[in-house]
Amino acid sequence: MKKNQNLIELRHIKKCYDGNTIVTEDFNLEIKKGEFVTFLGPSGCGKTTILRMIGGFELPTSGEILLNGEDISVLPPNKRPINTVFQKYALFPHLNVYDNVAFGLKLKKIPKREQDEKVRHALEIVDLEGFEKRSIQTLSGGQQQRIAIARAIVNEPELLLLDEPLSALDYKMRKEMQLELKNMHKKLGITFIFVTHDQEEALTMSDKIVVMADGEIQQVGTPEEIYNEPSNLFVADFIGESNIFKGRMMDKRKASFCGAVFDCVDDYEVGTIVDAVIRPEDIEITTSGRGQIQGKILSSDFKGTFYIVLVRSGKNEIEIHSLKNYQPDTVVELYIAPDLIHLIPYDSSINHYEGVITAYSEEKGVHVEFTDFGWDVKVEQIFPNGKLINKNGQPITIEGLKVEASFQPSIAQLSDDAQAGVVQGRIISFLYVGDHYRYTVRSKSEEDYVVDDEYLWNQEDFVSILIPKEKVTYRVWDGKNKKL
Amino acid sequence: MKKNVFSRRQLAVPYAIFLFLFVIIPLFVLIYFGFTDENGRISFANFLHFFGSGKTIGTLLYSIVIALCTTIFCLILAYPVAFFLAKGNFGRKQVWIMLFVLPMWINFTLRITALKEILTVLEGNLAYHPFFNTVLCMVYDFLPFMILPLYQALCKLDNSLIEAALDLGASEFQVFYKVVFPLSIPGIISGVTMVFLPSMTNYVVLDMVYNSTYIMGSLIGSYFSSYDWNNGSVISVILLLMICAVTLLSERFTKQEQIEKKSVLK
Repeated sequence: MKKNQNLIELRHIKKCYDGNTIVTEDFNLEIKKGEFVTFLGPSGCGKTTILRMIGGFELPTSGEILLNGEDISVLPPNKRPINTVFQKYALFPHLNVYDNVAFGLKLKKIPKREQDEKVRHALEIVDLEGFEKRSIQTLSGGQQQRIAIARAIVNEPELLLLDEPLSALDYKMRKEMQLELKNMHKKLGITFIFVTHDQEEALTMSDKIVVMADGEIQQVGTPEEIYNEPSNLFVADFIGESNIFKGRMMDKRKASFCGAVFDCVDDYEVGTIVDAVIRPEDIEITTSGRGQIQGKILSSDFKGTFYIVLVRSGKNEIEIHSLKNYQPDTVVELYIAPDLIHLIPYDSSINHYEGVITAYSEEKGVHVEFTDFGWDVKVEQIFPNGKLINKNGQPITIEGLKVEASFQPSIAQLSDDAQAGVVQGRIISFLYVGDHYRYTVRSKSEEDYVVDDEYLWNQEDFVSILIPKEKVTYRVWDGKNKKL
Repeated sequence: MKKNVFSRRQLAVPYAIFLFLFVIIPLFVLIYFGFTDENGRISFANFLHFFGSGKTIGTLLYSIVIALCTTIFCLILAYPVAFFLAKGNFGRKQVWIMLFVLPMWINFTLRITALKEILTVLEGNLAYHPFFNTVLCMVYDFLPFMILPLYQALCKLDNSLIEAALDLGASEFQVFYKVVFPLSIPGIISGVTMVFLPSMTNYVVLDMVYNSTYIMGSLIGSYFSSYDWNNGSVISVILLLMICAVTLLSERFTKQEQIEKKSVLK
């Protein structure tokens, strides 16, 4: 057998509940031996489900889970060399500390003396020596947490799964346990997979972070990579604080946004629409004349080690973390160093929809039917020369032709009047982009629409989307070699 | 303005009156009759009569055997049902739970009468199998009282404990006897209490399937129906003491459970 240095490999994992709710469609991930990997994402993003599939508590609908190159996707949990630390600890209340920790050893029929030795060693690792005889009920939350870890590591698993194990602890205890877990990982050399929705926790502890949203991997990388070079706006917005501005490449290594042209390090083709991501701590407030943009202080709030300063420049609101306090209404200049500007090219795959031409008439034009809606379009919009004849001068039938429609998020608008727009849906996520918000709206048929709107809506709001017909671009599918 | 029209103490008065009239006073009456003779003089004769007579002691033992059998059969039948109702993965759980508790909705007399008719058809004469008939009728009657506490105990059992045991390498059977069963003991105890005691003293079932079986309930009944208040009372008092002992015993377990709960809340 080929030697494989990946401890665990997830291949094309698909998971549905009750045949309908899709948690994840095509999940692929490789984890190397000895890594500390964190699954990070908002609640409901599927991270716990993936972990539970690795642990064997849930089976993938399709796809493979390989452990050391062997398929374990349908093995029950008790046959996997993997142990789990559960969110609510799941310690056995009828057993004392010793019996809890020795639970796995006893099942493996390990001699009593060896058992004692291993339990003692595990308790030493979690810093609870001498707790053997204590009953679980007399332990504090933090101590129960440690026992749960001891109970898992005493079995010397190849892989330790931790399902939000610190979420029930208070702030100080959590910080402490983060460090201890990291030390434990170093000492034991076991591969850890850690699930959390706390980005700070993920950044502190992991070798590798897997950022997830909506059942899909958004980015995989080291904490530094994830923080400094987010691969899309979701990651930029989810990890840490960020200012996001819409811009465009003007020249080689020059991007314009916020009403000014900035030198930067990232480079894309001139004319590319980009989103500029700048961390609040990377913006310098100066008055020396070297700043690229001017603005007026809106507010300044003390946050312990820094001030959160809000600056308005033109229509944009910019958040800055500054060590100095500023009086509101002061006019200041802002300077951003080239290497601190991170550019993300506009994701051209959004807002593309497949439709079919169902009818055509002289007066109404072409009727295109999409998954969520249908409308009449002027012939010229789809067929630029306006003629529905082929090279030989014969009329062509366009009914049944497939077309692809796409539009920029900025042309659409949201409305709370369900009848006003062509599509209705719920806002599943949004982020603040300089002078407006960018919303992702999901319709009933699970199509996503990305819409820029200057007003603030809430997640889960039911909205309808106004898309001006004339600004939508169409492309005819030739139906042979292209595939959607 | 006054916040509460009644104080808590005042709200308890109606029940206190009820308790006094229908529980406390009868209890003293029972004790009085139990320890006096027919002329109203204090005596332990009834007491001695009970323990001195082979017939009564035999009835007591027989009652215990019947109650034990009923309880064991109820437990054997109820545990799997309760387990699947609580932990099974199927739709319309509420409907299933209702179906199992449904017998409780139908009048008790009606149920036993129906069962009696069926048994008569099957056995010809009920008198051939008095023990079997008694136990069967009681199991039928008391089964829901066993299912419910077991169901509740198993529902409370956190699924993550089962997962943790599996995770640590336990087979399904090991999960059961190392985790599920020990943690469902409080439910078993309350189920057993709810079945054992009533089935020991029940007398309606026996009366209805009119067979010759004689248990504690029927014994008391027969004394009272022949106006022998003293002997009837003393047996009641003895039963009362036994119930008291069983309750205290089961309370020890529930107390332990409460301590667990408290410390979890901390």
